[in-house]
Amino acid sequence: MRNLTIAMTGSGGTGVVALGEMLLRAAAGAGYYGILRKTFGPQIRGGESAAVVRLGPRPLASFCGEIDLLLVLDWSHFQRFADEIPLSASTLIIEDVAAGARPQQLASELLAREQGVQVLDFSGLAQAQGSAHSNIALLGYVAAWLGCDGEPLQSAIDHRLHKQGAEVVALAHSVARAGAELLQQAPINLQPPDAGAAAESPWLATGNQLAGLGALEAGIRFVAAYPITPASDALEWMAGRIESLGGRLVQAEDELAAVNMAIGAGFGGVPAMTATSGPGLALMSEAMGLAVASETPLLVLDVMRGGPSTGIPTKSEQSDFNLAVYGLHGDAPHVVVAALSLADCHYSVAWATQLASERQTLVLVLSDQFLGQSMQVLPPLPSLPFHAELSRASLPPPAGADYFRYLDTDSGISPMALPGQPGGEYTADGLEHSQSAVPSARAQDHEQQLAKRQRKLQSLAASTQWGEVSALPQARILILCWGSLFPVALEAQQRLQERGTPVTVVGVRLLAPLPLESLLRSMQDMAQVLLVEQNHQAQFAHYLQSQLTQAQRAGLPELTCYSRPGPRLFTPQEIMQQVEGLPRA
Amino acid sequence: MLKAKQYKSGVKPIWCPGCGHYSVLNAITKAFAALEQSPEQAVLVSGIGCSSRLPAYLNSYGFHGVHGRALPLATGLKVARPDLNVIALGGDGDGFSIGGNHFLHACRRNVDLVYVVMDNEVYGMTKGQASPTTPEHWQHSKLTPHGPEVRPFQPCALALAAGAGFIARGHSGDPNGLAQMLFAAVKHPGFAFVQVLSQCVTFCPEQVQWKEQVHAESVGTDNPAEAAHFLHSDDGFAKGIFYCNPRTPWPLPHDSQATDLREGFRL
Repeated sequence: MRNLTIAMTGSGGTGVVALGEMLLRAAAGAGYYGILRKTFGPQIRGGESAAVVRLGPRPLASFCGEIDLLLVLDWSHFQRFADEIPLSASTLIIEDVAAGARPQQLASELLAREQGVQVLDFSGLAQAQGSAHSNIALLGYVAAWLGCDGEPLQSAIDHRLHKQGAEVVALAHSVARAGAELLQQAPINLQPPDAGAAAESPWLATGNQLAGLGALEAGIRFVAAYPITPASDALEWMAGRIESLGGRLVQAEDELAAVNMAIGAGFGGVPAMTATSGPGLALMSEAMGLAVASETPLLVLDVMRGGPSTGIPTKSEQSDFNLAVYGLHGDAPHVVVAALSLADCHYSVAWATQLASERQTLVLVLSDQFLGQSMQVLPPLPSLPFHAELSRASLPPPAGADYFRYLDTDSGISPMALPGQPGGEYTADGLEHSQSAVPSARAQDHEQQLAKRQRKLQSLAASTQWGEVSALPQARILILCWGSLFPVALEAQQRLQERGTPVTVVGVRLLAPLPLESLLRSMQDMAQVLLVEQNHQAQFAHYLQSQLTQAQRAGLPELTCYSRPGPRLFTPQEIMQQVEGLPRA
Repeated sequence: MLKAKQYKSGVKPIWCPGCGHYSVLNAITKAFAALEQSPEQAVLVSGIGCSSRLPAYLNSYGFHGVHGRALPLATGLKVARPDLNVIALGGDGDGFSIGGNHFLHACRRNVDLVYVVMDNEVYGMTKGQASPTTPEHWQHSKLTPHGPEVRPFQPCALALAAGAGFIARGHSGDPNGLAQMLFAAVKHPGFAFVQVLSQCVTFCPEQVQWKEQVHAESVGTDNPAEAAHFLHSDDGFAKGIFYCNPRTPWPLPHDSQATDLREGFRL
C-alpha cells in the first residue's frame, strides 16, 4: 500500500497550484485517492507558491513528513517555504531548465545526495508548441509516469481550461502530450504509488466547498459575509448556488454588518450564517453576544489562519480556540464545533446548522486553512439527517393566550414566533429582559434568563456527535486532539500499530459545551494521554484542565500536552515521536 | 383597521418629559393607521440610544440590537423576508458615528427599507456628549469642554452623495406632517431616509426653539443636482421631502435554475 508525496514549487504565475489540481484530478480519474494542499505567500501574483499532492490506493486525509518527488518550475523564493516542504536525502528532484539558480543553502546539500537533480526542458517543450505553459508539459510528464496521461488527463485539462476556449484547450492537450512523450527518453527513477481499485465515482472537493454544501443541504438560505482569506472560497461556492434554492448571499460592507445581517435574517426565520477568519471573528464578537442574548439562531464558520492580528493569512493554525470559546462579553453560553477532517466540514456544518435553529443561539464552527483550502479525492458523502427546518422550535402562540417569547421552560428553549405570525409580536432584545421580552434590569429576571440560556445547551454535551473515537483493544495510550489534527493522529495510530504500539485516538468535535463525561470515559483505562494541538499556548489543553474537578484530575492518567503553532503542518511522524517519548507507565 | 393608539404596546417609555421622541412614536402609529399596517407584518429595528428604545413601545415585531448596527440587522431581515415592512430607526450617534459606515452602504445598496434618525445632536443615554451633528462650539459636555471643534456633518447631503433615492427631514413638533412623510417613505420603493429634528430638552434645552426655526420647503425634486444645490445651501431647519428618485430596489431578481449541489464534486 504505497503512498507517495509530490511537491511542486514555483513563483505565483508559473501555475503550480493549477498543475497540482489537474494532477490530482487526472490521478483520481485513474483510480488513485489523494489530497492536495496549497501554500502561498501573501503576494497576489509573483510571490512564492507551492502545491503538495499525496497519492495512494486508499482515501488520504492527511500528509506525512516526507517528500518523495519535488518538481521545480522556479527556484526563486523557495527558501520562504522550505520548512513546509522538508526535503530528505531520498527526495527525487526534477527541475525545469528555466527554474533559475538553486538556493545557495540547498545547492551544496543537493550535490552531496544520493539522488541527483534531473534537469529537463519543459519550457522548451512548451515553447516548441507556441505555449508559455511549462507547467502543462510537466503535468503530462508526471501523468504519464502515474499512468493517467490518457482520458483522465485530458478531462482534467478540459475541466480546468474549458472556459478559455477550444484553442487554449487543444494547445494544452498537445503540450501535455509532448510532456508525456518525454518520459520515454527521461524516465523517473522512482516507482509510482500503488493505484487503487478505481474508486466508485469519487468526489473531488475542498473543505470550504464541503462546508458550503453542509450549510445549504441543512437549510441555510441566507449568507452575509465580508471577504477574508481563507474563508472567501466557501462563500464563493455558496454564492453560485444559494439563489437556485431561493436564498440570498449578501457581500456586506464589513464583518460587523455581515454578522448583524445574518442575525436579522435568523430573526426572520430564515436559517442564516456568515463565514470569516480570525480578524473578522474578533470584529463579530459583540454581535455574537447579541445572538446569544436575543436567542436568535446564528451559524458562524471560522476558517482559522495564523494569528494574532493579520498574522499569517494564507496558512493554517488552530489558534482561534480561545476567541471562539471565551471571546464573548458577559456570561454568554454558546456552541463551538470543530470540523474533524475535510469531509467532516460537511458533517459538522450541517449539524451546527440544525443546532443553531434548535437551540436558538450562536453556533460557531472552527475549520482552518488546511481543511478549507486542501482538496481531497474522497468517496461520495452520504446525505445527512440534519436540517434547520425539521427542528425549528417556532410555534405560533395559541389564540388568545399570553405569549412569552423568553418563557422559562424546563428545556430552556422557548417558543420562537416569527414576524408575520399574528399574536406572536415581541421585540427581540440584547438588553436583559423578562420572560415577556420587556427590557428589565431586575436581578431576578437576569438570573432567570442567564440560567435558561445556559440550561438549553446542557443536554448537548451528551450528544452522540460529540466526537470520533478510533479505539484499539490493547491501547493504553490515548491521543486526544480536536479539529484538523484528527486525520493526522489517525495516521500516526496506524503507523504506531505497525510498530507494535497500539494507541486509541479521540477527536473532539464538540468543544463547547465540553462533552466531559465522554472524554473521561475515553481516558479512564489509559496509562497515558497525549493531547496535541496546533497553537502556541496549548489553548484547548488549558480549557480541558479548567473543567476538571480535583477528584476527576486525581483519577486520570498522566496528561501530556504537545502544542506548537503553524504554519508547519502536523505530521504523523511528529505525533509518533511524542508518543514514543512519553514516560512509560 | 386599527386606530393609531392601538399600535402602542403599553410599555412605558424611558424618555424624559418633553422629549421629542414621544411625538415620533405618535407619528409612526399615525402612519401605520394610514397605511392600514397589520402589526405582525411590521418590524422596527433599532440600535442603542434613547430613540432606539422605541420598538418595544409598539405592538408590532421589533429588534433592539447592538449600538450602530440597526441598518445591517434590518437589511438582513428585509433581504431574507421581503414580505415584511421593515423600518430601521435610531439616533444621530447610533446612525452617523458608530454606524456611519452602514449608513453610507445602506443608501448605496437601496434595499427597500425606511430609516428614521431622531436627530437631537447629542448622546442622551450616556448623559450628554457631542455627536457628529453637534454644533462646533457647543460647550456643554465635560468630555469636550471646548466644544467638539469640528464641523457637524450634514446627513441629508451625505445620503444624497451615497445614493439614497428618498431624502426627507421632519420635526418632532409636527407629528402630523411627520406621519405623512413616513407614509411616503414606506410607499417609496427602495431605501428611504428620514431625518427627524427631535429635541432633547434635558441636555440641549435650547432645542425647544427649533419650533420657531423650522420652515417648510416644497423643494421636492427628482434631480440630484438640484437636490445637492438645495442641501448645500440649507440652514438645517428646512422641512420636507427634498429628493425622491425611485430606482429598482436591491436585491435584483435573477433567473436561476435548480442546481444539483453535489454535481460539481463528482469527478
